[in-house]
Amino acid sequence: MVTSHTSTAARARASTGRVSGFAASILLILEGQWIWYRLNWRSTVISSVLLPVLFLVALGMGMGALIEPSEATAGMDYLAYLAPAMLVVGAVQNGAGEATYPVLSGFKWQKNFWAVTATPITPAQLACGKLVWIALRLTFSGVAFLLVAALMGAVSGLGVLLALPFSVLTGMAFAAPVVALAAAMKGEGDGFNALFRFVVMPQMLFAGTFYPISNLPELLQPIAWITPLWHGSELARGAAFGTLTLLPTVGHLTYLGGLLAIGTVLSCRLFRKQLVV
Amino acid sequence: MTVEQTRTERETDPQPSRWASGLRIFPPGLYAGRASRLVERSLLAGKGAWLAILSGFFEPVFYLISFGFAFGGMVGQISGPGGAPIEYAAFIAPGLLAVSAMNGAVYDATFNIFFKLRYAKLYDAVLATPMGPLDVAIAEIAWAVLRGGVYAAGFLSVMFGMGLITSPWALLALPVALLISFAFAAVGMAATTFIRSTQDFDFVQLAILPMALFSTTFFPLEVYPRVAQFLVQCLPLFHGVELMRALATGVVSWGLIGHVGYFVVMAGIGVIVATRRLEKLLLT
Repeated sequence: MVTSHTSTAARARASTGRVSGFAASILLILEGQWIWYRLNWRSTVISSVLLPVLFLVALGMGMGALIEPSEATAGMDYLAYLAPAMLVVGAVQNGAGEATYPVLSGFKWQKNFWAVTATPITPAQLACGKLVWIALRLTFSGVAFLLVAALMGAVSGLGVLLALPFSVLTGMAFAAPVVALAAAMKGEGDGFNALFRFVVMPQMLFAGTFYPISNLPELLQPIAWITPLWHGSELARGAAFGTLTLLPTVGHLTYLGGLLAIGTVLSCRLFRKQLVV
Repeated sequence: MTVEQTRTERETDPQPSRWASGLRIFPPGLYAGRASRLVERSLLAGKGAWLAILSGFFEPVFYLISFGFAFGGMVGQISGPGGAPIEYAAFIAPGLLAVSAMNGAVYDATFNIFFKLRYAKLYDAVLATPMGPLDVAIAEIAWAVLRGGVYAAGFLSVMFGMGLITSPWALLALPVALLISFAFAAVGMAATTFIRSTQDFDFVQLAILPMALFSTTFFPLEVYPRVAQFLVQCLPLFHGVELMRALATGVVSWGLIGHVGYFVVMAGIGVIVATRRLEKLLLT
């Protein structure tokens, strides 16, 4: 009795004001997310796996019937041409989904971010933990998507395994700045609608997912260069078809890595600004 | 509107109005003929969200530019209604018009109505006035149809501007878009009354997105194997796409009446179920 009392007291003393280690905090946040996810994963299957698969079936198979393999499809069957890019599109869309309302909700509706930062976990650790969680989610969905795509015969070879980390990187390069945006968001998240309508959706349509960007009018092509999705689908296609060359690969990776780094730093700052009163 | 105005209105316009006595399918008390008041409310409330409403117009336009032109180069010509070859952009534009009429109506009839029903408790407030569940159903469906109609009119003018309309029959595309919106809004509203939590909206997505992708919007019915062709022909949006494609290209026949009939029946069922469900949810 006495010992347990002292140990509780000791723990309470130890926890006040002590900053938890970085890796330990991230693990704690992941554990919290996982507990929630274990109960709620079903509803995420539809949006994160089924919808990209449906796009692949409808456009890859249906449109594929209208399109002969040509230079524009890298000599591939249209279904095989579309699959790596659809993997990246799925990552970007899921990344955007996880980075918007769930983050705003932590600040605004559920307010669980305040609860978390009332513990030894710091706002910056919370932001990083959230980002690592999003990366994990993108990995799960990517694996599930690839399994289905392989069953459909849309996968051209083992190179697609390298496309998976590329797609997660692309999703994170987009999600990290959006997490920062969500942390700075005022109001009820109406701005997210505009983000999805004017950034996420056009990115899918105009950044070389369904056809090479050289098909676009020349004025529109530079817009594709700034989208993470274009860099990601170039990398994923290169990996899947075995056509990666050194210099472009380094260029794409630098751009995506840079976006991720900027997004992470901004997220940590804005979480601190919001949560430290 | 000031309180005084409301009071004078009440005195000069006693309920139930003439409309109510004309409508005897539903028991009295369900309908007070005041649906327009709730539409007026939506208009006032929509003023702050005009950007969100307007943005819905851009979605089909982006799809048209991306697929119709940049992608169309890879496809070339495709056989349109009646078998005559048409440009790929001219093939998908009417399909996208039907999709946008559906989307505008469904989003409004599901997300927004769910919010008003469960969180804002708007209809509890409305039913404390002389208005009944049928007023609510009609008013909300009318608002969704208005939105669908605005999108359709906008998209039609874009099609016209791009030279994708080749027949005066296309004038009928606007009323047809309103009918499609009406049917989807009615069914969407009926479905919304069964939705338990926001997570169920994934099922709405699951109904809407595949329908948009598979209802011959982007590629002709002949692409599918036989069995799949039959399944696609059962989808409501397929009939909308057929109607729009026939009107835009001017290949019009009496067979189109069948497609119209599909939507009339769908709208009727939707209104009846939505009203009954609202009555059950709000008045018992």
